[in-house]
Amino acid sequence: MRYLPKSPAERKQMLAAIGARSIDSLFEVIPAEYRLDRELNVPRQQAESEIIDYFRAAAAKNSTGYASFLGAGAYSHYRPVIIDTLVQRGEFLTSYTPYQPEITQGTLQAIFEFQTMIAELTGMDVANASMYDGSTGAAEAVMMAVRVTGRHKAVVARTVHPEYCEVLATYAKHQGLPSTLVDYDHETGRVDLAALDAQITNETAAVLVQSPNFFGVIEDIPAIAAIAHAKGALLIVSIAEAVSLGVVRPPIEADIVSMEAQSFGVALSYGGPYCGVIAAKEKYLRQMPGRLVGQTVDSNGFRGFVLTLSTREQHIRREKATSNICTNQALVALMATIFLTVYGKEGIRELAEHNLAKAAYAAEALAAQPGAKLLFTGAPRFHEFVLSTAEPPSQWSPRLLDEKIIGGLELRRWYPELGEATLWCATELITRAQIDTAAKVLAAGLVEA
Amino acid sequence: MTTHATNPAIPNGQRTLGKVRPHQTQNESLVFEKSSPGKRAYKLPPLDVPAVDPAVLLGASHRKTAGLLPELSEIEIIRHFTRLSTWNYAIDLGMYPLGSCTMKYNPRVNEFVSRIEGLAEAHPYRPDALSQGVLEVIDLLQRCLIDITGMDTITLQPAAGAHGEFTGILLVRAWHESQGNPRRKILIPDSAHGTNPATAAICGYSVENLKSNAEGGIDLDALTRQVDGETAALMLTNPSTIGVFESQIHKIADILHAKGALLYMDGANMNALVGKARPGDFGVDVMHLNLHKTFSTPHGGGGPGSGPVACKAFLEPFLPTPVLVQNENGTKHWNYDRPQSVGRVRAFYGNTGMFIRALAYILANGPDGLRQTTEDAVLNANYIRSKLEDLYELPYKTASMHEVVFSDKRQAAKGVRTGDIAKRLIDYGFHPYTVSFPLIVHGALMIEPTESESLEELDLFIAAMRSIAKEVDETPELVKTAPHSTRVSRLDEVQAARKPILRWRPTD
Repeated sequence: MRYLPKSPAERKQMLAAIGARSIDSLFEVIPAEYRLDRELNVPRQQAESEIIDYFRAAAAKNSTGYASFLGAGAYSHYRPVIIDTLVQRGEFLTSYTPYQPEITQGTLQAIFEFQTMIAELTGMDVANASMYDGSTGAAEAVMMAVRVTGRHKAVVARTVHPEYCEVLATYAKHQGLPSTLVDYDHETGRVDLAALDAQITNETAAVLVQSPNFFGVIEDIPAIAAIAHAKGALLIVSIAEAVSLGVVRPPIEADIVSMEAQSFGVALSYGGPYCGVIAAKEKYLRQMPGRLVGQTVDSNGFRGFVLTLSTREQHIRREKATSNICTNQALVALMATIFLTVYGKEGIRELAEHNLAKAAYAAEALAAQPGAKLLFTGAPRFHEFVLSTAEPPSQWSPRLLDEKIIGGLELRRWYPELGEATLWCATELITRAQIDTAAKVLAAGLVEA
Repeated sequence: MTTHATNPAIPNGQRTLGKVRPHQTQNESLVFEKSSPGKRAYKLPPLDVPAVDPAVLLGASHRKTAGLLPELSEIEIIRHFTRLSTWNYAIDLGMYPLGSCTMKYNPRVNEFVSRIEGLAEAHPYRPDALSQGVLEVIDLLQRCLIDITGMDTITLQPAAGAHGEFTGILLVRAWHESQGNPRRKILIPDSAHGTNPATAAICGYSVENLKSNAEGGIDLDALTRQVDGETAALMLTNPSTIGVFESQIHKIADILHAKGALLYMDGANMNALVGKARPGDFGVDVMHLNLHKTFSTPHGGGGPGSGPVACKAFLEPFLPTPVLVQNENGTKHWNYDRPQSVGRVRAFYGNTGMFIRALAYILANGPDGLRQTTEDAVLNANYIRSKLEDLYELPYKTASMHEVVFSDKRQAAKGVRTGDIAKRLIDYGFHPYTVSFPLIVHGALMIEPTESESLEELDLFIAAMRSIAKEVDETPELVKTAPHSTRVSRLDEVQAARKPILRWRPTD
């Protein structure tokens, strides 16, 4: 086996040194009736070339070469080449959690830079070293708010990513943490502020909203914060599209921000691995879940970095920990850090503005088709929009696929009241020609009818 | 010569410590400190649609002031992160014997195939009809893992080991609820990973500690006394955190099952069993796997992981949504209609990129390679044990599987603790073992070589450990002040925690 660095003679030599008769004698501690007496039923050992052939065939079967208007929490952005060049350095790729700071300063300094960038972008004081993803991060943020406030209820906007809501429901169910959903204003697509105000009580630990929300609409964070804070609840803002922060005002009135940083240079990869992260006001630091890297000095006075405040964590506090999280998304956070370094202060703005322009053009072009209508026009959007069409998606979607274009996402699964409406996303990777083609295809069906 | 003579890491004017010699590393500031306005590392293509005025489109939601992100050129970014990388130790550099963490070789073909365009660029909401390739990959991995564990069914959704524990205990809870009583408590041995009690608490259970017996295993009498009608499950790591197989495992399962409680297995140490024994055959009802341990996906400095949960058929109705199902024509799709499901534990379907890598590893090994891998891991641990047990205290004499746990009892008598020995190993060119865990061993040295170490590397490690034992006798201060050869010496962790500095800020 090519990954195993031993010759048969060396194995014999080692067994002799141990004083073992055979390799099987080392497994005799396992009762005989439980020892496997057959080969595992997995494919036979394959050459590297065969493995590559297998996955290439799978990738081809996956139908490549489509332009896509899909967003909804997973975004297609250009990934600079040097991200993969750098994260594939073995010293990053094959290192463990930096528990021994003397020989992991590289990972530690990079995480410190990540924490700084996330804090800067979100307008929060501090950020952690990453969470699994945006969905679990949002759930952990709500549990954090429960610890901070000592209250046990949550109010969640229906415009938070529906799968994030489902994850939160799973986490909340067994913690005596009932959460209620607040509807959206059917004109603007924003949280219904009056309904929100009515639902918050002095038992509400947190209000969870997303901005830009699932419909791509930017929420009125200052207004929502005022309503939440008036009743002593914390405001948690979930951000599923991190690139928006290049041009959208950060939610500085929030107490906690839970962000999915996939847009920062992380491949779509059919849903993961992505990169959650929690940022917050400094006064809530001790209730934050996950790892934190802090700056300190060594015995010679040189600057260095360490994992810190670990008394919050499971390996010290066990059942009293702030979370059970251990492994996080360090290498993916490194991708995001490199991405943000490549684009930098000006680039992230310029990139966000390109997304804004593409989506504005796409929304106008698609909505101009006969029978098509843009929903939620009363509030600003980033790069997603909801479109109702004359035909149901089942009619136009196959025609778009024929043009190698994947159209907007059907919303009915989560929002039955929206009928046949679809959610479209246009990032910088969509071309004007693709938008124009999509618009023509939408119009075509109606002409035939 | 003078540099060597004055280097305290290498006493008596020696030029080398066997595996290593000191070399230079570059200094490198924080990326923010290197920034200057106007530098660029990006270029966007010309905008092919009309430009928009964000201030007009966004109104009050427009961002007026940019965040303090750095401004650098591409070569500076390459150098920055390359220099940082040289400050890290890694498996690619040498043995990384962190017990319980399973730092094995991360094959590069795994990285290659995970980046093939049709897989890396697949959007999770693509129509199932356009995703058949990745669904087949997921299906094959599921079938392999089911056979490896001896279980009936599996979910790949959990993002890491602790997330898998959470999912597994939710399955336990949902099943008990379906029987009319969720029950109140989870039993956890005192040797367990910290994630186990933290998980039980998040699932709404109280944690009851189970004391280990004299061999470091489960005390059957104590278990019998503690299991009652309110016990939902025992969370058992097998082999245990001292690297010992619970030879009474079937009795443990019987005691639990007789009272209606379930057996959860923390599969962190599954690399000691693959191809040799299957948890599904010895009474385990539900378990998680760590693809980043047993199945070679990279740790990446702390993640990403992937924590599939395998279970017996009676728990299948409760698996997280969605589950992958096969249509009559052989195509596959996600089924969301799961009325008894515990719900969703993560958006989308899990860390697909890790599934691809783990499957590539299984294909590279085949059944014979997987078995040999397990055998070599156990052989390596036992070899280290046999070569060090005369110098380091072995608190539990039970046969070792994939890792061996010593204690610092003899060295502590000289005032040198496990943490000091660990730091001194760094000077010898090794990453330390796991320090002070498991908690049932006072001053633990938890050593897991994995199968990836050659005899040559093992002998260098053994020589280093033997040399350190000698230094403890002769020059204990040298060990207590280690490491001596690193870029930074021991860092002030107390200061870091007392006045946390968690981000860079510009100086005025």
